[in-house]
Amino acid sequence: MAPKVTPLIEQHRALGARFIEFAGWLMPVQYEGIVAEHLAVRSRAGLFDLGHMGQLAVRGRDALPFLQFVTPNDVGSLKPGRAQYSMLLYPNGGVVDDIMIYLRPDREEYLVVVNAANTDKDFQWLLERRADHPEWVVEVEDISATTGMLAIQGPLAERILQRVTEGDLSTVRPFDAVQTKVAGVPALVARTGYTGEDGFELYFPIEATVRLWDRLLEIGRADGLVPVGLGARDTLRLEACLPLYGNELSPEITPLEAQLGWVVKLHKGAFIGREALERQLQEGVPRKLVGFELVERGGIPRHGYEVQLAGRRIGTVTSGTSSPSLGKAIGLALIESSAAGIGREFDVVIRGKPVRALQVKTPFYRRPRQRIGEGVGS
Amino acid sequence: MADVRDGLRYTRTHEWVRVEGDIAVVGVTDFAQAELGDITYLELPEPGTTVKQGDSMGVIESVKAASDIYAPVSGEVVEANKAVVDTPELVNKSPYDDAWLVKIRMSTPDELNQLMDAEEYRKYLAETAATA
Repeated sequence: MAPKVTPLIEQHRALGARFIEFAGWLMPVQYEGIVAEHLAVRSRAGLFDLGHMGQLAVRGRDALPFLQFVTPNDVGSLKPGRAQYSMLLYPNGGVVDDIMIYLRPDREEYLVVVNAANTDKDFQWLLERRADHPEWVVEVEDISATTGMLAIQGPLAERILQRVTEGDLSTVRPFDAVQTKVAGVPALVARTGYTGEDGFELYFPIEATVRLWDRLLEIGRADGLVPVGLGARDTLRLEACLPLYGNELSPEITPLEAQLGWVVKLHKGAFIGREALERQLQEGVPRKLVGFELVERGGIPRHGYEVQLAGRRIGTVTSGTSSPSLGKAIGLALIESSAAGIGREFDVVIRGKPVRALQVKTPFYRRPRQRIGEGVGS
Repeated sequence: MADVRDGLRYTRTHEWVRVEGDIAVVGVTDFAQAELGDITYLELPEPGTTVKQGDSMGVIESVKAASDIYAPVSGEVVEANKAVVDTPELVNKSPYDDAWLVKIRMSTPDELNQLMDAEEYRKYLAETAATA
């Protein structure tokens, strides 16, 4: 089957992108180069085509109880114009997907943003769970085909985006989402992202994708805004220890094992997966996700590589890379809880050879905080 | 377009060879470095290692992928480039000059005839691109 393309395919070609197939989509993996794009986002700003991501709308009288039932975070605490990171869980506590839920400022509906690879699966999952509860008045719609999505990320993102955005972006706090106009296009502008930097994600009618992309690149050029591919998106999120579905999260990994227990709110009522997670909390998690860096040369730790302690397998690398910000080989590994601990070592087997690794504090990278009076836009 | 140097011999796995007497100086091509992207790690054979044409003799790793380095000719490795092991990004910057990888004392110089010349390698790249 031919891969799907976003409305920006010709823009990417003209920019000299290299492409990969990702989750059934032909996407730019890099333009200038992964390291250059990565560092541009850390020091200036980058523009991301996220046209492959899925968007589901959940609306109707019982949208709130429905979402409360299918997610572990507390949707009841989500105010209009705010975003919440959450998940869809299986009854055994494994992860269907990790998601971002926005309650639109007009309270009309919830926008659920899901991973490209999981859009169809999530949609079907939600339809089935709704069918389990015919008494609920709730509608779930896959609006991916009509919804455009871009992200602009980096310390200069606000300054650049402000030039073409109605309203004051400096009042938009992290995890706020405002309905406004960008380059004349009605858009939901959210201060969210997947890079560990300040920045915004934009949702708008898909027909406006090319216009917004071209306009943002044009007005951002003077500030060093560059297009960024999936390669740097992955290294950026990994330095910030943001999980990737299929790596840190899967049907076989619970949010507690992935060190995302904060997503699970047991003070709220019933939700799918709750009993399994409560049991795991009582008994303790058998495995833990830990951050590590290699302390000797041996290559790049990659997804699926074996982790050993004194020659015995204790786990698996979920993600790894050569960190452009730190100049070190870093990674995340899911290992036996008894072996987890900052300062403790293990081996990562790279091409058959054990390479020493040290468990370190996460995230690997945390963006520098602004000093008082030194705003992003100044 | 990828830079292809005249006067070198090339493999289908994108190594180049510069012949200096009975020594083959080996590196990876501009095409290979561009395909791999930012190169961050290299593993090269120790001097004294005997290699056979077509064998994997090392590893080149970028942020994107890991890839084997194949011996373009048989012989004994007499030198490995330490500078490029310490500074792998040299491969991106200077694939044909500073970032030579190993020198091999050829045991079977006739093997060079099985490699492509620059013109053939250019054609090979064009075909590779057409089918990609």
